[in-house]
Amino acid sequence: MVAYFLRRWLLSLLVAITVSFISFMLLRLSGDPAKALAGESASAADIEFVRVKYGLDRPILIQYLDWAGRAMRGDLGESQFFKQRVTDILGNRLGVTMTLGGCALIFAVWVGIPLGILASLRPNTWVDRFALTLSVLGQAIPTFWFGLVMIIFFGVMLRWLPISGSDTWRHYIMPTIALGYYATPAFMRLTRTGMLEVLASDYIRTARAKGLRAGKIIFKHGLRNAIIPVVSLAAVQFGFMLGGSVVIESVFALHGIGFLAWESIARWDLPVVQAVVLLLSLIYVLLTFAADMLNAFLDPRIRVK
Amino acid sequence: MKSILKVKGLHVEIPLAAGPLNAVRDVGFEMKRGETVALVGESGCGKSLTALSLMDLLPRSAKRRAEVLLFNEQDLLKTSEREMADIRGNQMAMVFQEPMTSLNPCYTIGDQLEEAFMQHRKASRSETRKRAVQFLDRVGITAATSRLRQYPHQLSGGLRQRVMIAMALMCGPSLMIADEPTTALDVTIQAQILSLLASLQKEFEMGLILITHDLGIVARMADRVIVMYCGQVVETGSAVDLFENPLHPYTRGLLDCIPVLGKTKPGEHLGSIPGLVPTPIGELVGCSFYNRCSSSRPECAVELIEVKEISPGRSYRCLLSPDVCFRERGGEATR
Amino acid sequence: MNPQGMVTGALGAGQGVVFPTPGQMMRRRAYRHYGFIFGGVILVLILAMALLAPWIAPHDPYYQDLERRLMPPIWQSNSTWNHPLGTDNLGRDYLSRLIYGARISLLIGLSAMFLSGLFGSSLGLIAGYFGGRIDMMVTFLITVRLALPVILVALAVVALIGSSLKVVILVLGLLIWERFAVVMRSSTQQLRSMDYVSAAKATGCSTPRILLAEILPNLMNNLIVVATLEMARAVLLEAALSFLGMGVQPPLPSWGLMVSEGKEFMFFNPYLITIPGIAIFLLVLSVNLLGDGIRDITAPESST
Repeated sequence: MVAYFLRRWLLSLLVAITVSFISFMLLRLSGDPAKALAGESASAADIEFVRVKYGLDRPILIQYLDWAGRAMRGDLGESQFFKQRVTDILGNRLGVTMTLGGCALIFAVWVGIPLGILASLRPNTWVDRFALTLSVLGQAIPTFWFGLVMIIFFGVMLRWLPISGSDTWRHYIMPTIALGYYATPAFMRLTRTGMLEVLASDYIRTARAKGLRAGKIIFKHGLRNAIIPVVSLAAVQFGFMLGGSVVIESVFALHGIGFLAWESIARWDLPVVQAVVLLLSLIYVLLTFAADMLNAFLDPRIRVK
Repeated sequence: MKSILKVKGLHVEIPLAAGPLNAVRDVGFEMKRGETVALVGESGCGKSLTALSLMDLLPRSAKRRAEVLLFNEQDLLKTSEREMADIRGNQMAMVFQEPMTSLNPCYTIGDQLEEAFMQHRKASRSETRKRAVQFLDRVGITAATSRLRQYPHQLSGGLRQRVMIAMALMCGPSLMIADEPTTALDVTIQAQILSLLASLQKEFEMGLILITHDLGIVARMADRVIVMYCGQVVETGSAVDLFENPLHPYTRGLLDCIPVLGKTKPGEHLGSIPGLVPTPIGELVGCSFYNRCSSSRPECAVELIEVKEISPGRSYRCLLSPDVCFRERGGEATR
Repeated sequence: MNPQGMVTGALGAGQGVVFPTPGQMMRRRAYRHYGFIFGGVILVLILAMALLAPWIAPHDPYYQDLERRLMPPIWQSNSTWNHPLGTDNLGRDYLSRLIYGARISLLIGLSAMFLSGLFGSSLGLIAGYFGGRIDMMVTFLITVRLALPVILVALAVVALIGSSLKVVILVLGLLIWERFAVVMRSSTQQLRSMDYVSAAKATGCSTPRILLAEILPNLMNNLIVVATLEMARAVLLEAALSFLGMGVQPPLPSWGLMVSEGKEFMFFNPYLITIPGIAIFLLVLSVNLLGDGIRDITAPESST
């Protein structure tokens, strides 16, 4: 068990380092980062000044190590636009994105899993087909458009919900649904497949032969086994939601890091962009690592390997 | 001894793309408490489905109907699913063929042993635990208390099958059905498991239905034998009667396939039954064994052949009369 | 009586039972699969719309008629048949823009799909076939790719390099390859231990030949299913990028861009966003249905 933990941790570390290098290199894509930082109207002398000031004349590897070293100490540079430490800016906005992502995940889980269980208990009946149809339709709807349609319908026509900002919990309802509905089919399908497979297995037959109550068979024996892959899916989907939040946050004007990243891209405030990409990637790596550990806990067979 | 099981006219039908598969056709038999009945037949003859239909554990698409289905005087055709669940694991228990996959990998042995008893008897955990240890001991598992905390993947096939047997016994059923309990195990373990079943049956005075395709096991364990072919019961009788004087040509054929120590000469051809088992889809006419039977008559192909009872508990499904069967057999034995 | 006594005798029906062939069953499934048919029809219609755009579009999608700005579509009042779907805030005919927009979505969807498919499948194939270090490297690459937030990276790269049709295709193609790699890898792993592969090796077939001639044909239906899903994804991503201003640039009639441009006026003219949104929805839906349908028809056991 300890060996497994160490191996996964090492792998996660390696991925984290690679990802950080990629976020670092992202800036270099535009050509000369010194020119980008100096701004459009900079003269050659200004650009040189910026280059030396930010150490952009050193070899790439040194620059990376320097940047990474500072990042590990919590220093992600300074925002060109806000003239504040990036870390502080991120800190303010991260809460909104995490809240949004968390709520969206809960939404997807609480709608997807029960639907999946229902569908698996009555395969090929109208319940099943309804769930599958819903998921096919859901996956075809563009998120940004769904958000806008909800704004028009619930915000303007019915006036039930606020349409922008993040002050009260009501502000999060539409964004949560807009962000969460896209992942719901994945949970529904995975649960359904898992349950169908598990319910056809021999140990379920044994449980039925013992005369256990239907509820116990479905939840204690069935779901317990079927849920194992769903945990990994939850971690991955949460990561995707955090990454994809940029769209929803822009539509609903929520001040999270996704919105911040988009604005910063438009403003060429590159240190912020770099930091957001790095942060989101690291969160994803952490999530998948945690999911692996949870998996090992849930499935006793994995621990032996 | 009172009768614990009475079955008459049991049919199981499974709808397929090519037509309805009549997997179990007009099966009927009776069983007394304390008896060991062997249900014999080759793969696909419907013996497992017969057992599953007794417990009402058939796959969802399968349809079951019967004239009589009495268990301990209770009409199983009229019981609700809830009442059936109360009977399963409690008065009627089943042990399956594949010990490797019949236990839930995510829960301990102890948990799986205890859950049925706690539900059926509403017993406390400590009571149940004591009982679980007792039964693990009884099925020959050492260090029972520590075994309770282990997971199925930590046990070998033979041990898992013992656990399955202990699990079936936990609530003290009056009928145990063992579906090929030793087929998936090593030969050396087979003998142990079989003698375990025999002694447990005597001790708990259970009825035991032993499903197998191995005539050796039948000879060892069975009081009475039911031979099935292509979904139908073709012969029933005591084990002694059946081995000494098989009435149905199929039974004869099966016995001829077995080499007998002392009788079968080295280099001699073992018997075999030519042809293939027909697929019982759609309308069925005549005897199922017709295309492989050496004693067949033209009438066998078209007439509806009922089960003939020549004495209580001794019956067979064939147009030939008993003395003809004897003659036919005698004729072949002097080959 | 038949001399064999078999066919007409016992269990006459048992002997004469006819099981349908796999080919027949597949065709039967295809005709009964409503999703496949529906998806296929819609996709063909959209394809036709895109190809025939110059002939069926009533107006030039770029022509601005500032006197006829924000005219509503025909199901509302004050509309005209001249502009059946109304006009946008610059007076451009919405129907024409919609029709030409199909070209953009299809072009980007198909190109990004091919690019990512080529890249991802190659990686997956060699990882699955050779195993060992190569497999470790590819798996590592996939994990790294999964950790990156796709939309953000796409936005950043497009912003830094400069947005155009080609750039969007390139960026998407190089970002959405992971599912190809994963599926190809696991399928190849399953197939490499097949007997016909061993036979090919034993007769001295070169590795590229084995990969292309023995393994790839058997992966085709998996590949096609993933390809359709990734195309749908590419269409959605392009729409999102264009909506955020970092995709296709105006005045090109990308559907996502149309939603973005219509957003300002959507409270009083909701048709500006509903129409292109439905178009995106239909395209993505049809492609998804087609993919699901192909999977159900060719390998029903693997459908979820």
